[in-house]
Amino acid sequence: MIDDDFVRSLLNRFSFLALRHQTDCLTLACPADSVADFARYLRDEETFDLLVDLTAIDHGETADTRFSVVLHLYSLIHRAYLRVHVDCPDNDAPEVPSLSSIFPAANWHERETYDMFGIQFSGHPDLRRILMWDEYPYFPLRKEFPLAGIDVPLPAADVAEVTGADVDPAPMMGGPFVSPGSGRMSESEPRAKDESWTEETIKQS
Amino acid sequence: MSTTTKEIQVGDIGARAATHSENERMALNVGPSHPTTHGVLRLMMELDGDLITKCDPVLGYLHRGDEKIAENMTYNQFVPYTDRLDYLAPLANNVAYALTVEKLAGVEVPPRCEAIRVLVCEMARISSHLLGMGVFGMDAGAWTPFMYTFTEREKLYTLFEELTGARFTTSYTRIGGVARDIPDGWLPRVEKFCDQLPKAIDEVEKLLTRNRIFLDRTEGIGAISKEQAIAYGITGPNLRASGVDLDLRKDKPYSGYDQYEFDVPIGTKGDCYDRYLVRIEEVRQSILIIKQVIANFPGGLWYAEDAKKIFAPPKEKIMTNMEELIQNFMIVTEGPQVPPGEVYFEAENPKGALGFYLVSRGGGVPYRLKIRAPSFCNLSILEELAPGHMLSDITVILGSLDFVMGECDR
Repeated sequence: MIDDDFVRSLLNRFSFLALRHQTDCLTLACPADSVADFARYLRDEETFDLLVDLTAIDHGETADTRFSVVLHLYSLIHRAYLRVHVDCPDNDAPEVPSLSSIFPAANWHERETYDMFGIQFSGHPDLRRILMWDEYPYFPLRKEFPLAGIDVPLPAADVAEVTGADVDPAPMMGGPFVSPGSGRMSESEPRAKDESWTEETIKQS
Repeated sequence: MSTTTKEIQVGDIGARAATHSENERMALNVGPSHPTTHGVLRLMMELDGDLITKCDPVLGYLHRGDEKIAENMTYNQFVPYTDRLDYLAPLANNVAYALTVEKLAGVEVPPRCEAIRVLVCEMARISSHLLGMGVFGMDAGAWTPFMYTFTEREKLYTLFEELTGARFTTSYTRIGGVARDIPDGWLPRVEKFCDQLPKAIDEVEKLLTRNRIFLDRTEGIGAISKEQAIAYGITGPNLRASGVDLDLRKDKPYSGYDQYEFDVPIGTKGDCYDRYLVRIEEVRQSILIIKQVIANFPGGLWYAEDAKKIFAPPKEKIMTNMEELIQNFMIVTEGPQVPPGEVYFEAENPKGALGFYLVSRGGGVPYRLKIRAPSFCNLSILEELAPGHMLSDITVILGSLDFVMGECDR
């Protein structure tokens, strides 16, 4: 059962754990260097053997801890989810240990998290990009990355040589339309995120 | 008498045989545009003769950055994007997304709304499994069952069109309710469809279930053990075919699924044939659920009336009442107001557990929305599953995993 006793025994056993504010399921914070041991314990002793999801949050460029890796585990016995937050200690070069040797499912999730956030998973057997192409230089889900994208060379060099094509940012004039949600009524009208350029007028950069 | 000698030209095959060494491997690239890969999956394989020795799936050809897009629009604006995840069951995605946001916002929808959602989810499941079985037969070389299943899907699409206005991209749910109530006389038509569907399923079964060629191609092929399936985070019919009893409709009931009686089919061997059998049985169980929903269809409202900051009221109220007009304006411009916090919700979709991890900092726009796509997780086992099989088995394995790249790549 996932009750107070269970939580207390976990916190007693692992002094490095901290309870986080929870809205739906038990949420624990675990330091990066202990996460592998803790995950192995959860899998072997507490039947949380299904790693359903592994992802990350970018708390923003100015946040004290910029990146957190978030795991969701499911127990077939308890029929309950458990969430583990792993704050990345270094904001500039975020790195956490890989869980792919404990949960093979983590392999692709970690590749995706690396691809989107640039978080390194030490000990991962094959940490390549999975959704973007290998030469792609940016990490698109970081908060400073613009929604439209950034100019990059076309991944196929031979095609680029003949056609001179590259990967252009998407025009934002068609939306999505979002209200800033604050300020005067005339300013909080829904508008596209970047109205500085269209298909007709060139982007000032 | 003089003898003449003649040079014999050795053909290509002979030349290759002469230089062939025991360990020579061939690299074969399947996809990204190939009928086997059901979309734009690319497999980079290494073959020893006909035997697969290595398989490296390459994803991302359909990557649209849905998670980035979600961070830049209000909650309701993202509903159409969920259609395009698993585009074979858009209604089920709509419902899963709405339930996630409602869970964080603490909104409870009335029984009629729950019943509508269960109904459309099960119809989406039937639609998705019909396609899954049809193309699986086709992958194994049987063309005819596909025609039967597609005839039935066409009828379902007509019903979806009556309900939502669209055959394919339905965008039916809103946070706190659904876009509109069910049309008059629609439920009897759904029931009529359900009455004639078992006969069509029987026809498909007659063509496939005891078909010697189909059995030879699927039995014992692509077997996933219980332990493997759990380790790789496989969910849905693929997990149940391996003998793991996990159905979120039973284990973590949502949207009133606990009121309905149905069985969860479980496989034993986890091979391609078991996955096919599980899907066939799930269609039959879905029919039972739909009939139960229709038999006890609740009256009342089809949206959460109390959620003034979440659900925009119906049009006729907006046009006549000042308060509703303001309410509508605020929700359209600033989005449904969701409190800060984080939530993870998974729904049992036709392809597996579709999860949304939502982080809110308040307001009408999500701070982070992670989509846990079942197809992505189900495909991750390919690297381990494919080696050791023949090249011709790869079509059957891919067909039986029943994945959708729109959801896998997001």
